[in-house]
Amino acid sequence: MQEQTLRALIAQVKDGTMSRRAFTRQMVALGLTAPMAWLMLNHAGVAAAAAKFEYKPTKAGGGGPLKMLFWQAPTLLNPHFAVGTKDQEAARIFYEPLAGWDAEGNLTAFLAAELPSTENGGLAKDGMSVTWKLKQGVKWHDGQPFTAEDVVFNWEYAADPATACVTVATYKDIKAEKLDDYTVKVTFKKPTPFWPDPFVGVRGMLIPKHLFADYKGAKSRDAPGNLKPVGTGPFKFVDFKPGDLVTGERNPDYHVKNRPYFDTIEMKGGGDAVSAARAVLQTGEYDYAWNLQVEDEILKKLEDGGKGQVVIVEGGSIEHIQLNFTDPWTEIDGEKASIKTKHPTLSDKAVRDALNLLVDRGSVEKYIYGRTGVATANFLNNPPRFCSKATRWEFNVDKANQILDAAGWKRGSDGVREKDGKKLKYVYQTSINEPRQKTQAIVKQACQKAGIDVELKSVTSSVYFSSDVGNPDTYTHFYCDLQMYTTTMTEPDPALFMNQFASWEVATKDNKWQGRDITRWRNEEYDKAYRDAEGELDPVKRAALFIKMNELVVGDVAVIPVVYRPNVRAVESKLKLSLSGWDNDMYLVSDWYRETS
Amino acid sequence: MAGSTPALLTADARAAREGLAPQISPALDAWRRFRRHRLAVVSAVILLAMTLAVAFGPALWPVEINDIDFTARLQPPAPAHPLGTDDLGQDLLARMLYGGRISLAVGLAAMVVSLIVGTLVGAVAGISRGSIDAALMWLTDLFLSLPQLPLLLVIIYLFRDVLKAVVGPEGGVFILVVAVIGGFRWMPVARLVRAQFLSLREKEFVEAARALGASTTRQVMRHILPNALGPVIVAGTINVADAIIAESTLSFLGLGFPPDIPTWGRLLFDAKDYLDIAPHWALFAGAAIFLAVLTINFVGDGLRDVLDPRRVM
Amino acid sequence: MGRYLLRRLLIAVPSLIGISIVLFTVLALAPGDPFGELATNPAVPPEVRAALRAQFGMDDPVLERYFHWLVAMLRGDWGFSFVSRVDVDRLIWQRLPATLFVIGSSQILALLIALPVGVYAATRPYSLFDQIANTFAFIGFSLPTFFTGLLFILLFSIDLGWLPFVYRSDLSATGFSWWWEEFRQAIMPVAVLGMFQGASWTRYVRSAVLDVIRLDYVVTARAKGLREGKVVLKHVVRNALIPVVTLVALQMPTIFGGAIVTEQIFRVPGIGSLLISSILANDTPVIMAVTFVFACLVILFNLIADVLYGWLDPRIAYR
Repeated sequence: MQEQTLRALIAQVKDGTMSRRAFTRQMVALGLTAPMAWLMLNHAGVAAAAAKFEYKPTKAGGGGPLKMLFWQAPTLLNPHFAVGTKDQEAARIFYEPLAGWDAEGNLTAFLAAELPSTENGGLAKDGMSVTWKLKQGVKWHDGQPFTAEDVVFNWEYAADPATACVTVATYKDIKAEKLDDYTVKVTFKKPTPFWPDPFVGVRGMLIPKHLFADYKGAKSRDAPGNLKPVGTGPFKFVDFKPGDLVTGERNPDYHVKNRPYFDTIEMKGGGDAVSAARAVLQTGEYDYAWNLQVEDEILKKLEDGGKGQVVIVEGGSIEHIQLNFTDPWTEIDGEKASIKTKHPTLSDKAVRDALNLLVDRGSVEKYIYGRTGVATANFLNNPPRFCSKATRWEFNVDKANQILDAAGWKRGSDGVREKDGKKLKYVYQTSINEPRQKTQAIVKQACQKAGIDVELKSVTSSVYFSSDVGNPDTYTHFYCDLQMYTTTMTEPDPALFMNQFASWEVATKDNKWQGRDITRWRNEEYDKAYRDAEGELDPVKRAALFIKMNELVVGDVAVIPVVYRPNVRAVESKLKLSLSGWDNDMYLVSDWYRETS
Repeated sequence: MAGSTPALLTADARAAREGLAPQISPALDAWRRFRRHRLAVVSAVILLAMTLAVAFGPALWPVEINDIDFTARLQPPAPAHPLGTDDLGQDLLARMLYGGRISLAVGLAAMVVSLIVGTLVGAVAGISRGSIDAALMWLTDLFLSLPQLPLLLVIIYLFRDVLKAVVGPEGGVFILVVAVIGGFRWMPVARLVRAQFLSLREKEFVEAARALGASTTRQVMRHILPNALGPVIVAGTINVADAIIAESTLSFLGLGFPPDIPTWGRLLFDAKDYLDIAPHWALFAGAAIFLAVLTINFVGDGLRDVLDPRRVM
Repeated sequence: MGRYLLRRLLIAVPSLIGISIVLFTVLALAPGDPFGELATNPAVPPEVRAALRAQFGMDDPVLERYFHWLVAMLRGDWGFSFVSRVDVDRLIWQRLPATLFVIGSSQILALLIALPVGVYAATRPYSLFDQIANTFAFIGFSLPTFFTGLLFILLFSIDLGWLPFVYRSDLSATGFSWWWEEFRQAIMPVAVLGMFQGASWTRYVRSAVLDVIRLDYVVTARAKGLREGKVVLKHVVRNALIPVVTLVALQMPTIFGGAIVTEQIFRVPGIGSLLISSILANDTPVIMAVTFVFACLVILFNLIADVLYGWLDPRIAYR
């Protein structure tokens, strides 16, 4: 997709022949993010549509308790320390950012009075700064007023390496200054095309200066506020038992009128996903269950319970198989899969093409993931109806056989193909997770039919996803031929995502396997496109570059995308809510309500 | 008691008669005693049948264990699939037979390891007392207090590739699994045996043997150990069940056999979320484990009677 | 007796230090690090992980870290959780009540099942009662708790709708209804654990009683014309208790340590679930604290068992 095509599409949205939603979905199909689509439309001056979600209650309170189950329990409540999504969700009940991303990927204001734009002077033409106007009259839960001081403090707090915040990357290269009590100017070090990052969304939740000022830097861990949050959000903190339970009560002074509806909120952690789904769908003990990575077959049966339904949230992640471009079985200077080597068989494009044909995504979708995993050919997420022709997926054992025959891979006496003494024998690893083992089985069977021998290996998640330098079983070491996992794309800015194929990001011993390019795939054209995108201020040109990068990766079969995995939640029948794939589930918990009838 | 008295009488009577017939070898004698324990004989037969089934069954029921058939998913038992199918349409009978090899082998081997180590440690500690007892009990306490999960991860990390290189992938994994499971289950046995020893060594019949000048080894082998075996046999059966389940847990840690090998514990685990949809899936695996435990227990009881003729039936 | 106890307690100190060294080494060798989850997050640069590691002293040599830990532990400082960023003792205290209540009750239940059933079955070996008891015992420990727990949930929570299956540590009710709710939510986890434990204990008790019942002095007692019930209680059970005491002493530390699987199934916020989540998150200070307390209890109860042996069978001398 070229820049011109993109511009034509934007023009269509502008004159109303195409809906915003359709445009956003098409961009998502091309491997971009919904927030990126928003940025393009915003840049072109297309007014944002109001969020679809309709809030019906006419007064705050009176909704009784809201009970939620998280099978991974929150362990801390300081948003700047939030290690996983579970912690961010828990923090989001009490804390808010200046703005967040709604279900359609539109930027919406929370603690900001209005969104910065070129028209209102909030966005600098050179992409060097953003000026935020803050909402006035907002109070922290302890009654103190929320001001620009607090916003600036959050920058100081998070940018200080000694505080060791996980949000540091967002804040370390910016400068925040107070222009007046309700205006904050964010200055970037270099022209920044994707400006809605600091103080926005998941990493933008704001903590109060008056409670954390004494606990900046190395003392951060002693702050009482880490366990007793005082925020501006719809619920006030009541109790927190790390790894078990978070409870809150309605904030009577919430800054949005008539909200929230529920009187108390409870987030219970622990257990497993299936029984969490049971508690919502079958017994109705709970109202909401988070992140149900469960076979759809089971979910459907549970839905028959009639107490609730499964909600699928667009956005998300992609389950994909990575192909190793280096040789994982030869050790050079104490490092296997060194970039000085080439994979003996996977470096042959014919073999990669054949493997691509042998992944039966249709069956994986139909029989394992169902609604919770849609077959895809693009590395980045895309519903199949938007698939571009170039990256269609196909499952065809015969064709794979033909390709391998044509490329000179002959079956040996054991039925395994070989050429020049090199056999098509692969070790295929993944983390231990029910659907993944089933997918492995399906791929293995198809490969067998094509004369490719696959040995399955599975590593416990806590090891596989660790960053342990000494352990060869981590996914970044990638000491085998094929591996499969889900890469999450909740990052609004695709740049963070796409750097995993940039040649300078190759995971090696020198960088302690911290590099993000795990397949060790390298391509000059890709590198150039990525560099170009970094400084490109025109969001449309930038988008075109990302689309090109995506096509390069998929076209060369550096990865084999399997299924696109939307977020799956179970929700009690009468609970009405809005969930966004680009922000935390709790981003709009203030507006959740229960229908009475 | 009343019901068993005749058995006791006939046993004594026969024992008396056999005592008069020196031409019968001790092995034959043992076999006769074992044979009289009817449940033990039946159990031994069933256990043997199970062993044969898993050993030769895959040849007689030549369905691939990983033959995926999406048209026949979660089917209840039927002629085409005598034990039904799982959620990928794979034949459960073939999987049970194949996985049973590993489950039974691991269960039995791990039990034997844990019993031997446990009995040895417990017996030595119980008979020697003093500093040897203290040291062995320290070792027992150490093993009891080690957190298993991190230790397993360390073991995988340190030994998997080494063993794989030395004894090949399958053999290496088997040795590792048996060592790990057995190595974590001998402590109760050791404590039990030691406790029995502490008590038994002061009993009259042992004192009598001591007074007659029996060596320590003879006291242990002839008098104390046979009387201390009761809890050991119970521990043995419990350990078999435990080991079969534990094996499946290990494969989650990447230590056991690859997760695509359908051992019984693994089948049970996979089936649990489908319990209300396809109960047959869990039923047969659960029943197989139960049957294995049951038969091993009765065989154990029979064996003890062999070792200890005074046994009440 | 007094000297014996003193000596045993003195031995316990080096034992514990030895165990703590082994524990620490194992945890130091174990793969994974507490900030692994950050590694999959593209927005967190590797420097942050490095800074965190440095802040928590994870890059210091193992020996140095061990001495830090030992000194802190001796001063009553249990450490600081990497993951939750709070003091470890706080986490443990939070989990203790639920653990003591649920696991404690289940052990009591197990004993209440095992002692009478085991003794009665042993006095009538191979009777109908014995056969039934044995069959249930075999089923009891053949089926893992993850399975029976789920079976209970399906039956009592989903089909019948009698019991809740999510254990709550913050019941909102007060007074009598609080007790009622607490009881209701504890039934299933206690039953699952208690029956699993009870099943194996029943087998041990039965076997222990059978071992004793045929010994000469029991035969003598019976020959003296004592009533059967008295024989069983006074002469048999007391001696048969030695293995039972051993087993109970083995099991007691888990009342503190929790039951990982059952806690997970019913979402009981106990120490077992704290331990497993800490292990999965590689939160070493928490693992170290929990396992160390556990080790202390193991040693303590071993000692208690040894003392009880002497009480049960006076011929066992303290040496």
